[in-house]
Amino acid sequence: MARTILPFGPQHPVLPEPIHLTLEIEDEIVKSAVPALGYVHRGLEKLCEIRDFHQMIQIVERVCGICSKIHAMCYCQGLEELMGVEVPRRAKYLRVAWSELHRIHSHLLWIGLFADAFGFESLFMQCWRIRERIMDINEATTGNRVVVSVNVVGGVRRDLSKEHQTWIGEQLKLVEKEVLALKSTIVSDYTVKRRTQGVGVLTKDQAHQLGAVGPVLRASGWAQDARMLGYAAFDELEFAPVVEYDGDCYARLVVRFREVLQSVDLVRQALSRLPEGDINVPVKGKPKGEVITRVEQPRGELLYYIKGNDTKFLDRLRIRTPTFANIPPLLAMLPGVELADVPVVVLSIDPCISCTER
Amino acid sequence: MNETITPITVGELPALAQKMWDEGMRLVTLTAVDLCDGNLDLLYHFDKDLTMSHYRLTVPKTETVPSISGVYFAALLVENEIKDQFGTDFSGLALDFGGHLYLADEVKSQPFCKLSITKKS
Repeated sequence: MARTILPFGPQHPVLPEPIHLTLEIEDEIVKSAVPALGYVHRGLEKLCEIRDFHQMIQIVERVCGICSKIHAMCYCQGLEELMGVEVPRRAKYLRVAWSELHRIHSHLLWIGLFADAFGFESLFMQCWRIRERIMDINEATTGNRVVVSVNVVGGVRRDLSKEHQTWIGEQLKLVEKEVLALKSTIVSDYTVKRRTQGVGVLTKDQAHQLGAVGPVLRASGWAQDARMLGYAAFDELEFAPVVEYDGDCYARLVVRFREVLQSVDLVRQALSRLPEGDINVPVKGKPKGEVITRVEQPRGELLYYIKGNDTKFLDRLRIRTPTFANIPPLLAMLPGVELADVPVVVLSIDPCISCTER
Repeated sequence: MNETITPITVGELPALAQKMWDEGMRLVTLTAVDLCDGNLDLLYHFDKDLTMSHYRLTVPKTETVPSISGVYFAALLVENEIKDQFGTDFSGLALDFGGHLYLADEVKSQPFCKLSITKKS
């Protein structure tokens, strides 16, 4: 049968954001895929030349709403390293707590969207219902549900009272209970397995060679997670990356599901060991020199390159987001996939196009 | 801590990419920095077991740089991005978007290059 060229996106029911794939199809089987970007490119990196380095925190938070907190933490961490600022320990633990809350709500959002991609609407609804508890925590502790602007260069701008800590602990108990109640559906349900097992396989070698990061990398058998670098307070917490080995959509689902429970544990660890003390230190001077820093976003490794020139503006801010790294692996997952499974495979990398294009 | 970045030349780049590949290094990304003197820094970031290596290639903006996408397929997106934003051409790109990965066809300038003023004598 002759090959057909089929445009997938940029507008598609399964895509929350626009990306276009040119699919070459033969007999409903994908033979190749070529991406096209540029629908939401905003040039945010360039703004560092006209916004001072403190104002840039609010801008990097808007690279991606879903992981806004972690973008800001990575940026502040880079500047702190560049300027020799020692962040108080309490601030480091608070950064961990809010980061892991972000990971929980990001993964629950994704599991819901993923279920929606193969028509499991009630699972979508349940995941998003549980996620609301985390959004409520964000709102109560930071004043905002999604873009939680808590990071400053030198620490954090908000503290958690004893009452907040107790209340978060109670909410996490409920989140854990409700997530575990979904475990048999997410991990063992026939429908979920039929649509995800053996679909969009990325082998262990491919994952490494194509530069995959985050849950996509770990679902292909690599125990690599930027949290192992020990940034913020991760070096003082018990943590081991979640790994699965099959490299298919199901493995990527299971990694994220297990990471939700792991993040609940990490928030608990951070709050139970929260040291007393200041939450930020005054920062003097201007950044000068180059620094490269990494953290683990829900979607994977995030890298910031910052170049300062001893003025309040930066010479260069470069952001390598996880979805940007996971697009070449996506192109390797698609050949051999049935056309009906393309939305499931595309969604399995948890694509964030706002991040990708910045 | 300022990073240690090893300088390399254009001639050394293909062999470096192959060496990194043979050693099992993961390509993290490339970073382009406009130096405002007609030159561009291209930083190549590699990683193995969470330890990074960085290499700096300083080239005139107008010089064509060999693509490493023949070795690291993953480089094709970032090399196309740099071509869009800074105008640097890469030879041998595995998939060449012709300077229009992000930019519409009618855009002729490189939006991430720093503005410069030429004084009339």
